[in-house]
Amino acid sequence: MGTVLTVDNINVYYGAIHAIKGISFEVNKGEIVTLIGANGAGKSTTLHTVSGLLRSKTGDIKFLGKSIAKTPAHKIVAKGISHVPEGRRVFQEMTVRENLEMGAFITKADKVKPNVEYVYEQFPRLKERKSQIAGTLSGGEQQMLAMGRALMSNPQLLMLDEPSMGLAPILVDQIFEIIRNLNKSGTTILLVEQNANMALSIADRAYVIETGRITLSGSGEELAKSEKVRKAYLGG
Amino acid sequence: MNMINSLISGLSLGSVYSIIALGYTMVYGISKMLNFAHGDIIMVGSYISFCLTTYVGMPGWAALIGAVAVCTVLGIVIERLAYRPLRGTGSLSVLITAIGVSYFLQNMALLVWGANPRVFKSLFKGLEPIRLAEGQIIITAESFFTIIVCVVIMVGLTLFVHKSKAGKAMRAVSEDNGAAQLMGINVNQSISLTFAIGSGLAAVAGVLMCSAYPVLMPTTGAMPGIKAFTAAVLGGIGSIPGAMVGGLILGTIEIFSRAYISTELSDAIVFACLVIVLLVKPTGLFGKKISEKV
Repeated sequence: MGTVLTVDNINVYYGAIHAIKGISFEVNKGEIVTLIGANGAGKSTTLHTVSGLLRSKTGDIKFLGKSIAKTPAHKIVAKGISHVPEGRRVFQEMTVRENLEMGAFITKADKVKPNVEYVYEQFPRLKERKSQIAGTLSGGEQQMLAMGRALMSNPQLLMLDEPSMGLAPILVDQIFEIIRNLNKSGTTILLVEQNANMALSIADRAYVIETGRITLSGSGEELAKSEKVRKAYLGG
Repeated sequence: MNMINSLISGLSLGSVYSIIALGYTMVYGISKMLNFAHGDIIMVGSYISFCLTTYVGMPGWAALIGAVAVCTVLGIVIERLAYRPLRGTGSLSVLITAIGVSYFLQNMALLVWGANPRVFKSLFKGLEPIRLAEGQIIITAESFFTIIVCVVIMVGLTLFVHKSKAGKAMRAVSEDNGAAQLMGINVNQSISLTFAIGSGLAAVAGVLMCSAYPVLMPTTGAMPGIKAFTAAVLGGIGSIPGAMVGGLILGTIEIFSRAYISTELSDAIVFACLVIVLLVKPTGLFGKKISEKV
């Protein structure tokens, strides 16, 4: 199993605020890796740095062995990394279909149609609503759309930021089922979650982030059992 | 009959405002800045067209193309040099810079072309006006073609932003710059393209306007620029249909005020209408509610 993503000692600042203090981790091919931690710990910031929307002052980020630490954000997706941002951020004024087309912005024209079919297969609800304006979809549907949009570029690594946020428990189960299926069909997944319980239940490996540092790591199972994690994130 | 004649000149003037307002609204939509130098691009376009016909002897249509080309490049250069370095630094500094660019363009024009007003030769010189209803309704060639050009631009631009890949990318960047980058859209390119289109359209508007009102000075673009900005706000800034409708409404109100109320007060009436619309509907006619994202 090769390493897909290597994050090596990144330090990220928002102005004077030192948000990420030397984080390093890696994601191997075929894994589901999760970053868990409280609100504001630096999980989303880490994903944004991988995507190039933020920059690290130190260290390096390697994807499939090549450094992407200086790659402009709009060229990251073409390398094979898709990022489903926190809060879904679908294009509210575009239709479902147009959102998917945006996801395929860098995809070759002849692959767009089969990819749309694939996404509709994964999310039949989106097919029913393909001409609907995205802003009128429910939260769960928007999450599906955001994930579908990210799949349009045939990513090798899918980064999901809080996919369960604001969703009813039944939808959370559905979304996680879909994540597991995507992983089974070969997509490597980096998952950021506050819902540590859910995240650890599907993760191969997990990292705990606290105030910009990784404080704990291990397999999903190990961390779920760990006294510290249980106290802090799993409600005892 | 007078009413109809006024309506036609109102729509014609409104068409010019619409075309200018499109530039304001598109640039605002994509980079959330008010490009107050936009009005002066109109003036530059008109001068270029004037020079090409007067000194080079080009036919009007070729001069128009030349003016569009120069302004397109000018728009891209202004964005690259003046606005891009300030991106992400807060709207006040960008606004002040835009006003600075506006003065810069006016003073450059003053330096190059002097302060004396030039008489602009109409693009449609020699074309007979259209007379309807036994000559009671007169549509000048300028009015006629201005309205036609405006309609063509509106249809073309609407198709462009809804059907073409680059147009959709522009909409995506307007809505969510960060998410657009995650899709692989080059935001800088999209913004450059928007400035290019807006400035090219400003040149068209300038030539059409100076064909109807042929006095050309370095400050020629200032007032129509402000009016078109008003039109864009009236229609809901950021909205393309809003700019189109806002421009037409504003032009019509202006001409009707001139014809039936008072020439001196017409500008005041135009701006009063803006105040009233904003009091009733603060986001403008087609504006969306702006909700803060948490």
